[in-house]
Amino acid sequence: MKTFKLASVSALSLVAASMASTAQADDLTLCWAAWDPANALVELSKEFEAQSGHNMSFEFIPWPNFADRMLNELNSGGKLCDLLIGDSQWIGGGAENGHYVKLNDFFDAEGISMSDFADATVYAYSTWPKGTPNYYALPAMGDANGWFYRKDWFGREDIQAAYKEATGQDLREPQSQKEMLQIAQFFQGREIDGQTVYGASIFTERGSEGITMGVTSALYPWGFKYENTPGSYDMDGAVNSAEAVEALEFYKEFYETATPPGYTNSYMGESLDAFKSGQVAMAMNWFAFFPGLYADPNTGGDKIDFFVNPPQNQAGSTLGGQGISVVAYSDKQDAALEYIKWFANPDVQAKWWSLGGYSAHNSVLNDPGFKDSAPFAGDFLEAMGGVQDFWQEPAYAELLLAMQKRLHDYIVADQGTAQEALDKLVEDWTEVFEDEGKL
Amino acid sequence: MVPMPQDPATYAATATPPRVARKIKGLSDRAIAWIFVGPTIFLLLAINIFPLIWTIRLSFTNFKANRNREVEWIGTRNYERILTDSDIWLNMQATAHFLFWTIFFQVLIGFTLAYLINKKFKGNDLWTTIIVLPMMLSPAVVGNFWKFLYQPQIGLFNYIVAFFTGKDPSSFEMLGSVQLAPWSIVIVDTWMWTPFVMLICLAGLRSIPDYIYEAAEVDRASKLRQFFTITIPMVLPFLMLAVLFRGIENFKMFDLVVQLTGGGPGSTTELTSINLKREAFEKWRTGYASAYAIILFVTVFGLASIYVKALNKVKER
Repeated sequence: MKTFKLASVSALSLVAASMASTAQADDLTLCWAAWDPANALVELSKEFEAQSGHNMSFEFIPWPNFADRMLNELNSGGKLCDLLIGDSQWIGGGAENGHYVKLNDFFDAEGISMSDFADATVYAYSTWPKGTPNYYALPAMGDANGWFYRKDWFGREDIQAAYKEATGQDLREPQSQKEMLQIAQFFQGREIDGQTVYGASIFTERGSEGITMGVTSALYPWGFKYENTPGSYDMDGAVNSAEAVEALEFYKEFYETATPPGYTNSYMGESLDAFKSGQVAMAMNWFAFFPGLYADPNTGGDKIDFFVNPPQNQAGSTLGGQGISVVAYSDKQDAALEYIKWFANPDVQAKWWSLGGYSAHNSVLNDPGFKDSAPFAGDFLEAMGGVQDFWQEPAYAELLLAMQKRLHDYIVADQGTAQEALDKLVEDWTEVFEDEGKL
Repeated sequence: MVPMPQDPATYAATATPPRVARKIKGLSDRAIAWIFVGPTIFLLLAINIFPLIWTIRLSFTNFKANRNREVEWIGTRNYERILTDSDIWLNMQATAHFLFWTIFFQVLIGFTLAYLINKKFKGNDLWTTIIVLPMMLSPAVVGNFWKFLYQPQIGLFNYIVAFFTGKDPSSFEMLGSVQLAPWSIVIVDTWMWTPFVMLICLAGLRSIPDYIYEAAEVDRASKLRQFFTITIPMVLPFLMLAVLFRGIENFKMFDLVVQLTGGGPGSTTELTSINLKREAFEKWRTGYASAYAIILFVTVFGLASIYVKALNKVKER
């Protein structure tokens, strides 16, 4: 009898425990890159924890390893991340390889409308195949490649006079790519307050995506296209067009004549360091860093200003930013979807922007006060109006690494011509699409 | 008095408890040998032979580990692509350059240091310890450390070169120049691994009996002659062993070069191991990377086999 009682109590305890666990809060892990906006998201998510009772953990990976680490995680069916803020280019692979949960039914059930978000971000961060109403992510962080400069230097009379004398023009925020190069060349090697300074810090990194993101910031304003006809994978004549060649030659000239010595492998971190240490007059980087730059005690505040990637033949900025997806291998998809529902809320989106995240929600972007809410807010809106993204194909990594190699070989290693580099790139990409069965 | 057993084995057998002994008695010597060797062979098959066979199989397919698609048998297409790809031959050239010059300098400097250290002098042990320090560091640390030393604006290396040549320190970039980057990785690897070659050479030098030199002295052989007819031939097997170790190690060099140059500028220092990693784990071209790995394996295995035969011949002399 005693044994029976003991067994009954044990069984009851087990049932109670299992029931308790179903009612218990989940521990959700959100994976993203380690950068300023990630800290803002941690702050923002405290509100979700308080409301839902779920616990949020975060896995932030440094940018150079982010793609490697996260794509390996997805490819191995790992359960580390319940939610992933993955790069826009991963959406094709995430959808086709079954890594991301398709969100259409969930959006319909919860009344989340994609028309509430900026069109460019929905197209870039959420849809696969591109432009179709198949959603695998909610736009989480709008971003584009922009520029910032030493406003205090630009405003100095002696420097303005020297620039006028050297170029016959007024020193101002660059209105075109070529003017930007001219300004950078003017500052290159110049003595300011007893220190030798340089023109600009641009992206030249070889290992992940750096030089491609930098060069496309020149290619897009020159009118670069990936295909002659969208969706045809017909690249010859588009990728290696005369405009593309000119843009690539421009970027090489920029690298050779207007950047600090030794910047052969620089990306986000190096660009920020160069600017914050007072080495350069201008620098390119993602808008995501701009709140931090503005707040910097040494080079921020009234010493800094921002501008959108200047046009040349047309306006064009390289798209950054990410959507938030539910990982298909997660055991806590319901809780993860709860997070997405909460995140899509306009109030949360407004708080997200105020904390330093770039909301893509129309209620935030179309707010009359948005443009004046930060010194870079207007530039951000302008940039998002003309963004272009890299391939988002499932084979994006192969396409990206091929471009990294061809660009670095030409620009940094000074091998061959711009035409040869782009011709070889067309060959590489053609081979990839042939392997994919798309050509 | 207990009778003395015929031999220790028989004694051990009689000392075995009866039930176990009965069981063992049922097994042949061969079976017992298999019981002992079996687990090792199983592990060898599981972690060496099976992956090798599987890799060979994959090398004839278009398999991509990150894709849910049907795997197609594509014959020798991967091998043809690799062997006719001019970029891969450039990677091979970069690897050969790195391999040749690192081994050359490491043997030259390592042997010289060993020769000097072998002479008894005050502070001998302290100097040995100091010289050996670089090889105790992690390649990742060494890579980062030298990256700073090579920095054109603040790097000590550039300032030292500038001091001796009168050049502007910022006028040259060790890691960013196509001409200098291959030498920059050779310098770092030599700095790090020369002590290893030195230690092996030192072992060789100390293994030469003094009486051989004494006999040579009696025969009035000059120091130079002693060096070329006694020291070099007797240290040669050790030197060749050091070359074999460094050769194999540097053929698969990855971490140090990734830290220093990431394979750049362009693809100037992209050694085969770096390229293979990109193909296998960044582009996820698993079939292609398998073929690439097999080609490298055959190359290293072939060269090492030839070299080991030569080493054995030298030892036999």
